Amino acid sequence: MSVDLAPARSASTFQLQLRRFRQNRLAMVSVVVLALIVALCFLGPYAFPFTGEDADFDFISAPAELTWPHLFGTDDFGRDLLVRVLEGGQVSLTIGFLGALVAGVIGVLYGAIAGYVGGRTDGVMMRLVEILYGFPYVILVILLSILLGGGTLALFAAIVFTLWLTPAVIVRAQAQSLAQREFVQAARAGGMTGPAIVLQHIVPNCMSTVLVYGSLLVPEVILSESFLSFLGIGIKEPQASWGNLIQAGTSAMDTDLRLLLLPGGLLAVVLLCLNFIADGLRDAFDPNDR
Amino acid sequence: MLRFVGRRLWYGAWTLAALVTLTFFVMRLAPGGPFSRNRKISPEVQANIEAAFHLDEPLWQQFARFVWGVLRLDLGPSTRHRDYSVNDLIASGLPYSLTIGFWAIVVASLVGVALGIAGALRRNGMTDYVAGTVGVVGIAIPIFVIGPVMQVIFGLRLGWLPIGGWDGTWRSLVLPVVVLALPNIAYISRLTRASMIETLRENYVRTARAKGIGWRRTLWRHTLTGALLPVIAYLGPATAAIITGSILIETIFAVPGIGRHFVDAALNRDYPLVMGITLLYGGMLILFNIATDVVRAILDPRIRNER
Repeated sequence: MSVDLAPARSASTFQLQLRRFRQNRLAMVSVVVLALIVALCFLGPYAFPFTGEDADFDFISAPAELTWPHLFGTDDFGRDLLVRVLEGGQVSLTIGFLGALVAGVIGVLYGAIAGYVGGRTDGVMMRLVEILYGFPYVILVILLSILLGGGTLALFAAIVFTLWLTPAVIVRAQAQSLAQREFVQAARAGGMTGPAIVLQHIVPNCMSTVLVYGSLLVPEVILSESFLSFLGIGIKEPQASWGNLIQAGTSAMDTDLRLLLLPGGLLAVVLLCLNFIADGLRDAFDPNDR
Repeated sequence: MLRFVGRRLWYGAWTLAALVTLTFFVMRLAPGGPFSRNRKISPEVQANIEAAFHLDEPLWQQFARFVWGVLRLDLGPSTRHRDYSVNDLIASGLPYSLTIGFWAIVVASLVGVALGIAGALRRNGMTDYVAGTVGVVGIAIPIFVIGPVMQVIFGLRLGWLPIGGWDGTWRSLVLPVVVLALPNIAYISRLTRASMIETLRENYVRTARAKGIGWRRTLWRHTLTGALLPVIAYLGPATAAIITGSILIETIFAVPGIGRHFVDAALNRDYPLVMGITLLYGGMLILFNIATDVVRAILDPRIRNER
């Protein structure tokens, strides 16, 4: 047996953080559950010989009897509830992850530029953020989605537009302190241009913070989307989303609870998982913050 | 201190001005007007209607008229509800919304702080565990899922409370207030717990104990005043959360407040009403944020001397 005399390669900070995250049992369970739900939403509908918009006139308002083909029954148009919920999940999850990604990217770039450039530019950029922060968030989303003419894309744009502020503020604070660090000054002295420094030095060094706060954006986007769809402003029938399915469920809840409980329960589980994952990431990447 | 308040008011005024401008132009640029229905109306009638609501004037003139109206606190007529002005509609809805919102903030602060303190003092005990669960559930499960479930349980199955509407007694208040308070209870108890734990470790708390001050007095006089600062800071965002939540609550529980008016107005393109309620919400939020900052500055000199 050979003895390894070379100094043990210490794991990088990122690897350590990842390991710490993996030891968090609640967070790991949440990852698995979330992955299962995502897979179910995107693959599940293929197992059925109909889509969520097909009405089955032989089974109108069929109860949940776990019998093929309508496992959880149908709604009052004869549309399969399970397939509709899964298809609604596709919409909600896609908007959630994509929305958080886009809002995150915009926020990070905006914050990194403001923090790195500093001075007047920073002042003006941050004043704008401050003014936008003063707006009631939901009101802004509703106004914007009206302005953009309603529909899925308008909803998406409105949500992204209101959610990039928090990552911008957080990254700006980090970028400000990074801009004073020696390696950034060295890069500047070495002739690196501003945009290159922002992209290659500032942004990568903010990544762990961004990951932590970005993970909190996902449930927020999903919540906003379902909130608006619930009110009838977001995604509209016949396209399903968890928000408008829950809305349809509440109007029938005195006779038939499953219409409310299936989409509502799934939404609640997804939001719980996302929150646990975000908590786990924060504990792993940002131990000072508890 | 006066300078601090002045500066906050100055920024608040700018935010409000931006809000007025943005709301106006968003509503004017939005596709489809309040009078573009499927029903055909003769051009003369159309022209008359537009003249009555000043929609035939150039945009800048409409904007000037709107700003002038806002300054006089006159928000104009509603385009949807004939013979009602926006002021009438807001006045009719505001009492409901304020009552529910006020009690929700009171309940959320009291219960949230109590749960947070209990959790911090007996860490990992039974209360802490319960408070933690309430916290997670309250944050993760949206109002529009909890609300209907509560309606089914307490209204339909048990029959203890009305499922909605407003009968003027406390009974119709219970469910809306509890559901609206729940997410805020969650946030406030988490915040209180975290900052209590931190403050209990502070040197000045240990000093107070070492000087022989009783445990109870240390807790109330020394620990709590410091620990509640982040909670007070949260009351600004809490107002925003309550406003947002009230829109849902009034829809779910069929309360005729301004939140419900807002959604209906947005769906019906009732421009003046949407703008009026937006400004009201924005103004309330800005005022609450300023009030929160001022209270924090009074309690914590570090904030006062910032910048």
